[in-house]
Amino acid sequence: MSNAAAHDDHHAHYGVPGYDPVAWKMGMWLFLFTELLLFGAVFIAYAVYLETYTWHFTVGSAQLSIPIGTFNTLVLLTSSLTMALSIAALQRGKKELSIKLLDMTVACAGLFCVVKAFEWGAKFEHGIYPGSEHLLAMARGEQMFFGLYFTMTGIHALHVIIGAALILWVRARIKSGAVSTERITFLDNIGLYWHLVDLIWIFLFPLIYLVA
Amino acid sequence: MSHTQDHADEPHLIPYGTYIGIWLALCMLTLVTVGVSYADMRHMTIIVALLIACAKSTLVVLWFMHVKFENRAIWWFLIATILTYVTFVILTFADYSFR
Repeated sequence: MSNAAAHDDHHAHYGVPGYDPVAWKMGMWLFLFTELLLFGAVFIAYAVYLETYTWHFTVGSAQLSIPIGTFNTLVLLTSSLTMALSIAALQRGKKELSIKLLDMTVACAGLFCVVKAFEWGAKFEHGIYPGSEHLLAMARGEQMFFGLYFTMTGIHALHVIIGAALILWVRARIKSGAVSTERITFLDNIGLYWHLVDLIWIFLFPLIYLVA
Repeated sequence: MSHTQDHADEPHLIPYGTYIGIWLALCMLTLVTVGVSYADMRHMTIIVALLIACAKSTLVVLWFMHVKFENRAIWWFLIATILTYVTFVILTFADYSFR
């Protein structure tokens, strides 16, 4: 017991009891790996069907707007920047700046979702949505393409929404002082989650939009 | 890495400018991917796109996610995960290609 207590003392960072940034971060990374494998499985499915129905995937992909996809990629990359800067600001004790940068991150997340919603809306108007008659009348390869398109961008958009909610949560905790320069790991971990969302989009974008 | 482990308690301060530089590089690479996709390279298009995506994700992981300055254990986690995933991809395509 005394040994464990001494061990705890050794790991008590900045003298905050019960605060172990290394363990917290490791836990977060383990969770991120399960996320990677979740998306990884869908990516493998996509790769196999791309190989099987190359022509139909090209036709499907050509119906998506590259400028819109590029714009959303830049929005997400910018949100990753503001997230990283927010952590850097809090590390330097600049609480207000950190909160402002988190607000910008959430704004980017919102913009991404609005653009995505319009994109999906345009497809719905053309009668392309899961289970629609128009979609079922298409070639099998195109059905696979749009099925995977809605699944992949849908799961990703869900992660964007969850990520934005988590950022608002950590924002409140910074404001209340529960997360601070001395106790920053919670913000670090939310940042890791946000960068993962960006990371997945980095692969989704060329695979879905640029195969045409 | 040994340097960061000696000071694992202190957060590694990266200048704001470094992050902005990484962001600019990521934006540039995005535009390059889009530009390259318009060039007709047939099968190479997807390979080039994936290579650029790998370069972009390396930047994100090393700098934005701070893995460059992270504990050795996290490096091993990451390597193990990537190898696991690559194994899945190889097994799937080994199965699929020989049907």
